[in-house]
Amino acid sequence: MNDMTPNQKERADKLEGMGCKRKRVEDVRFVQGKGNYVDDLKLPGMVFGDFVRSPYAHARIKKIDVSKALALPGVKAVLTAAELKPLKLHYMPTLAGDVQAVLAEEKVLFQNQEVAFVVAEDRYIAADAIELVEVEYEELPVVIDPFKAMAPDAPLLREDIKDKTDGAHGKRKHHNHIFTWEVGDKSATDAVFAKAEVTVKEMISYQRVHPCPLETCAAVASMDKIKGELTLWGTFQAPHVIRTVGSLLSGIPEHKIHVIAPDIGGGFGNKVGAYPGYICAIVASIVLGQPVKWVEDRIENLSATAFARDYHMTTELAATKDGRITGMRVHVLADHGAFDACADPSKYPAGFFNIVTGSYDIPVAHLSVDGIYTNKAPGGVAYRCSFRVTEASYCIERIMDVLAQKLGMDPAELRLKNFVRPEQFPYQSALGWEYDSGDYHTAMQKALKAVGYDQLRAEQKAKREAFKRGETRELMGIGVAFFTEIVGAGPSKNCDILGIAMFDSAEIRIHPTGSIIARMGTKSQGQGHETTYAQILATELGIPAADIMIEEGNTDTAPYGLGTYGSRSTPVAGGAIAMAARKIRAKAQMIAAHLLEVSEYDLEWDIDGFRVKGAPDKFKSMKEIAWASYNSPPAGLEPGLEAVNYYDPPNMTYPFGAYICVADVDVDTGSTKIRRFYALDDCGTRINPMIIEGQVHGGLTEAFGIAMGQEIRYDETGNVVTASLMDYFLPTAVETPKWETDFTVTPSPHHPIGAKGVGESPNVGGVPCFSNAINDAFSFLGSTHIQMPHDNWRTWMAAEKLGLHG
Amino acid sequence: MIPGAFDYHRPKSVAEAIALLNDLGDDARPIAGGHSLIPMMKMRLASPSHLVDLRGLADLAFIRAEGGEVVIGAMTTQHQVIASADLAARLPLLRETALQIADPQIRYLGTIGGNVANGDPGNDMPAVMMCLDAQYEVQGQGGSRRVAAREFYQGAYFTALEPGELVTAIRIPVPPAGHKAAYEKLKRKIGDYAIAAAAVLLEVSGGKITRASIALTNVGETPLLADAASDLLVGQAPDKALCKKAGQAAAAIAAPASDARGPVAYRRQMAGIMTERALIRALGL
Repeated sequence: MNDMTPNQKERADKLEGMGCKRKRVEDVRFVQGKGNYVDDLKLPGMVFGDFVRSPYAHARIKKIDVSKALALPGVKAVLTAAELKPLKLHYMPTLAGDVQAVLAEEKVLFQNQEVAFVVAEDRYIAADAIELVEVEYEELPVVIDPFKAMAPDAPLLREDIKDKTDGAHGKRKHHNHIFTWEVGDKSATDAVFAKAEVTVKEMISYQRVHPCPLETCAAVASMDKIKGELTLWGTFQAPHVIRTVGSLLSGIPEHKIHVIAPDIGGGFGNKVGAYPGYICAIVASIVLGQPVKWVEDRIENLSATAFARDYHMTTELAATKDGRITGMRVHVLADHGAFDACADPSKYPAGFFNIVTGSYDIPVAHLSVDGIYTNKAPGGVAYRCSFRVTEASYCIERIMDVLAQKLGMDPAELRLKNFVRPEQFPYQSALGWEYDSGDYHTAMQKALKAVGYDQLRAEQKAKREAFKRGETRELMGIGVAFFTEIVGAGPSKNCDILGIAMFDSAEIRIHPTGSIIARMGTKSQGQGHETTYAQILATELGIPAADIMIEEGNTDTAPYGLGTYGSRSTPVAGGAIAMAARKIRAKAQMIAAHLLEVSEYDLEWDIDGFRVKGAPDKFKSMKEIAWASYNSPPAGLEPGLEAVNYYDPPNMTYPFGAYICVADVDVDTGSTKIRRFYALDDCGTRINPMIIEGQVHGGLTEAFGIAMGQEIRYDETGNVVTASLMDYFLPTAVETPKWETDFTVTPSPHHPIGAKGVGESPNVGGVPCFSNAINDAFSFLGSTHIQMPHDNWRTWMAAEKLGLHG
Repeated sequence: MIPGAFDYHRPKSVAEAIALLNDLGDDARPIAGGHSLIPMMKMRLASPSHLVDLRGLADLAFIRAEGGEVVIGAMTTQHQVIASADLAARLPLLRETALQIADPQIRYLGTIGGNVANGDPGNDMPAVMMCLDAQYEVQGQGGSRRVAAREFYQGAYFTALEPGELVTAIRIPVPPAGHKAAYEKLKRKIGDYAIAAAAVLLEVSGGKITRASIALTNVGETPLLADAASDLLVGQAPDKALCKKAGQAAAAIAAPASDARGPVAYRRQMAGIMTERALIRALGL
């Protein structure tokens, strides 16, 4: 870009292509309140569904009496498992190879589980009617503590699969066991640990949290019985997969199902899977022949649709005395709740948790994960991270600090010493991944310099001494985290969902006047796809982004794709749109050659058209070429300018970043002030720096929420005690720290435009960074690990345990 | 999150409101700003058949001086409390407290009468009123009476109000100019109820504390008056060690619940820390 002439620069700027801080085009409607969400949809004759939910975490259903509800004027139908069973829809398959009850049949297995679905003329009557459904329960003993789930005498939770000795990933060890997943070389790892100079071990829990998008999950199902066609609007991060699964489940041919995801108010993984609400709305619409709307409220969202994390990670590192890591060993107890409804690629029951060796050149490692059932809501989704990557990042980044503490080494120095070196890329990790590119040392050193790391450590040292002398009751913590993500699932060789390879797609059509519509297999939930995809096209095709419309979410018009989650839109669909654009450009070159009466090999691309090499006046713009493609194509060449690409990426992409946090902890109240937070992200080629910054701000805010206060908590009888925003911590602008963002650029060598994806990096790097800061505040007093979330009372309890309250 | 069916009434006078409440009986609830009642109704923890909306009672929104007292009408919003220059000058503790209640949107609707009358232990104004030794004007069908804030709270959501009665105004004796006061509230986020909070009111003369009053928010079924803690202070020269001792005495009477804000031991200790910090700040130590 630097060697452009003024004329070229002016033309390039007009395109608003890659690298431009283009304002988000979708915001024009969002900031005016003119978005079109599922709940905005009004159809003639539409009725409303609402759930009767279980008050108990584990109970036998003795009897359901719907007569009083049915007698309420305005109530159209009440569905229970008895109605769904003949249709074989009382259970639905999950993405993880398990089944999940749509409506509870004989037992309920978590509080707020769906028991009956009431349909009424309006949502107010439905809300009244659910109170009239009488359900008789017999309470059963609950399993809440994951560490007690596999005790020999633990209550049997899943009676429906009690005789199933083989799960989706091998033998089940216990009636509450789901799977064991092992990666790495166990004997070699054990051998390294046996003779290690230094080892550390810590049980690091990543608490159960919830993505809590501003818009909750919702659907409208409308069955046209005459045509035999079902239209389903919903909050779907992956609408095409919903259509395929819907067809397989219902028997309605796939071409007669129209799935439409309109504007979505945040997903963060919460809207990837299928929920009982969708199935019940569909069945009710088929039964009634009327459109049925279902919209969950906040309590339902927090307590019944997919949670995230709940990983309990026993983590060990082996190292030399001078701080060279020689091995890693991790065992995870994964609490999946009552049904295994994790949304991971089929072959990865713990997602990509085997990225747990992080950014470090660890020669040997072993990982095993045990998934178990408890009386909690199902889920385990990738909440603003690629599959289980933030768990992995938290695990390695926390244990790195524990090791640094044991070695008496600075945490930044330990990281620098063990980073994968630039010349090692593509790097084969001990647990099976091939990292595409990275320059970790440069990023880390830039971060350390930017925050004045040495001065911060000096200030901390002085404050610690002042604390010991009793002159202050405040502790200063410096959190360092360096993460490597693995996003862009993914190559069909190892990634599929229910057998569908995880490619993605783009379909581009250039109109005669040179404007464009491009349709994508992904689905924005706020990421700004309408803006950024257009920027890729603008650069690739020389058409101004303002003349490009991006469409997603309608399965009738969009090409098949696997949707948006796991930061996969840019790595996968971003590849598809670039590749499709290049097909168009190749054809455009043929047309330009024809128009300029030269060989196409005599042409070169110049910003927004083709120029004859050495003859700068002989130029055809893409607009001219587009027109020509419809009225004067070269003989023998098909008219029009269209292309489709289904992009199967050769590898994942591996964004990385260096984050540093400075926190001040009040030991007497346990409250914490985040004084500073610096985030350096390397997501390869940067398409829109402003959107990247916005993504980082949002992801860091969610990371702050998780690290500092979020928890979906159950009491000992299985009541979920954090089911509303009065109790579940959602930070507001007041609590949110100020963010400093920075970047380096290490393009992905295998991606068509070198981009890696960024939406989830700040969550993956942010959570360990906050947690390390709080832990660092107390580390000089001998504390090695304090569990998240670092809310006031837990931090105070940590100080209490260290005897800091006199 | 949809409340049960109810009938809505909007009386234009206190007499009309009281008559309605008495006619409709137990199934009727008065509603002022609605910030406690509406969430309870949406979760169907409360299902009144009748709502008597007090927002038509414009004559209950006032702040005026009467002799040595400030009288605040029950329908005065938290925003109006904050905006009153007279209150800011004579009773800065009220403004300071109101600014820590929820957020501006809520304060535009939330009323001081609703805050004190509902008996929600999480509300901030009740402890402040106990600290200031305020009196509540209560009207019912049988006429009006005054109840001291310190006598008003009997349990969570249980108060000295009889069915059909309304708090119409709050009378606060204005402490002498130069008094010292503070409200310290520890909370998880903006809009949250207190983990613990403490209101303090002090007078200092000749280097000695001559009067002290301390009350605690959200560390018991009701707001708590920390008598033993304030007794410790009177007659003493103020210093930080004394504030700490008073804080410990305040913590000793706290009986908080264990909830998402923290376990009992923590919240009790925070009642003490908030007391200590309120005293230190009020005294300028």
